[in-house]
Amino acid sequence: MRLLPPPRTAAALVAAGFRRWATYRQAALAGAFTNTVFGVVKVSVLLGVAAAAGGSVAGYDRLELSTYTWLSQGLIGVVHVFGWTEVAERVRSGDIAIDLARPLDLQVAWLLQDLGRAAYATGVRFVVPLAVGALFFGLRVPGSVWTLPLFVVSTVLAVVVSFGCRLLVNLCAFWLLDVRGLVTFYVLTSTLLMGMIVPVPLFPTWLRVLAYATPFPAIVQAPVDVATERLSGLDALALVASQLGWAALVLVLGRIVLARATRRLVVQGG
Amino acid sequence: MASALTPYAAIVRSRVAAQATYRTSFAAEVAGQVFLTVVEFAEVYVIFTRVEAVGGFSYAEVALLFGLAATGFSLADLVVGQVEHVSRHVRDGSFDVFLLRPLSALAQLASSEFQLRRVGRLAQALVILVVALVVVDVQWTPARVLLAVLTPLLGAVVFGAIFVATAAVSFWLVEGQEAANAFTYGGNYLSSWPFDVFAVAVRSFFTFVVPTAFVAYVPTLGLLGRAESSGFASWVPWCTPLVAFLTCGVAALAWRTGVRHYVGTGS
Repeated sequence: MRLLPPPRTAAALVAAGFRRWATYRQAALAGAFTNTVFGVVKVSVLLGVAAAAGGSVAGYDRLELSTYTWLSQGLIGVVHVFGWTEVAERVRSGDIAIDLARPLDLQVAWLLQDLGRAAYATGVRFVVPLAVGALFFGLRVPGSVWTLPLFVVSTVLAVVVSFGCRLLVNLCAFWLLDVRGLVTFYVLTSTLLMGMIVPVPLFPTWLRVLAYATPFPAIVQAPVDVATERLSGLDALALVASQLGWAALVLVLGRIVLARATRRLVVQGG
Repeated sequence: MASALTPYAAIVRSRVAAQATYRTSFAAEVAGQVFLTVVEFAEVYVIFTRVEAVGGFSYAEVALLFGLAATGFSLADLVVGQVEHVSRHVRDGSFDVFLLRPLSALAQLASSEFQLRRVGRLAQALVILVVALVVVDVQWTPARVLLAVLTPLLGAVVFGAIFVATAAVSFWLVEGQEAANAFTYGGNYLSSWPFDVFAVAVRSFFTFVVPTAFVAYVPTLGLLGRAESSGFASWVPWCTPLVAFLTCGVAALAWRTGVRHYVGTGS
């Protein structure tokens, strides 16, 4: 079996992921609304911190804190921060057997559908918080014309790293029938360490070192750092390259785990 | 009274027995709930490694806000938080079942989807609240002790009312359940910080429309003796019972209207 499907199949998989999520427009708008309300609280607290610290904190001025807040809130839906248990549920129900019978590489097919999902999320869940942020709190306009294209690349890689991690958690369902506890731990740990709650540069040293030893900052902090030009020029390219490294690592690990899992698979009842 | 509660008690007991059957899963889920509050508090911890005060509140004072809000919220979450699943019942028409029985639909929903694992969240919130109360600089008087005890309980009533009122909206917006999170979980998040950091519009909304200001911030001003210096009359911190009563009235009205609006799946 070839690793990459023919372009038409690939496009169909991306489109399928997009359309599936596009069905729930009301849910996407509700999610965007909630992410925006949380953004208002987050940016107010961070601006209060900056005011207490004399105008800027850990190298973030007011405009950068606002930009960080609204980009990170916008990315919640795009990189799918919260629980994703689709694959685990298919393992639990035994439907995974049907997936394995398909003439497609499973990991690649799931990834392509997830990219379609992310594309749809960009249209609603990314745009709404960013528009509100720009209107009421102000956003930093990038100084370089290369920042925007690099941010797009960085965000696509962020989705891939996020997918790779989520898939690894889901694949544990081959060994544990109930992954809910594990998913809770994963969501909580990753949300903190990716810089979703507070920017990673604000962490005390021990926590920052711990965070950068995981792939999680590559999911939120990296694209935000690219967009706010905390790193620019070659440093920004190096950051995107590190995301590429994390993406490769989690995807390769996922392949190994999936291969082992399918070898020991016994579908319910025989 | 006791006999009116008997059927619900039986339902809750059966839920607890079912959930405790798979011990490892259950232990993992309780631990997950404890960890949830730990991660939420990590935000406060990280911020106070950078500054001495936020909005004029010290680390211990913000921890007190956090403890009061989190205790009230997790108690409400344990007792009625499960009403947020009503949208699922509205979507697939299974809400019919609740209406057919000669029991309150709201109490049936709250008891039949009771999640014992949420005691983990409550326990961790209580730990933070107790530590904050010990560490914070309060001139204790009998009135303030009463205020400190009443606040998390009344906070739970306010959050419970917000849970019910926002769940009632899903009788109209079936797919829009996540918007309720902005007021339930969002209200909890916002109450953990001094209102001084928010813009006037945000402050007013969360004082007069969704009154989470009375869950932690306003009572804390009373405990610290700072109500007047923050622009409130000295009796305002004692208004939480009235606020709790009013929010319950609004929630009851919203829920009744929602249930009347419900017409099943139509097939």
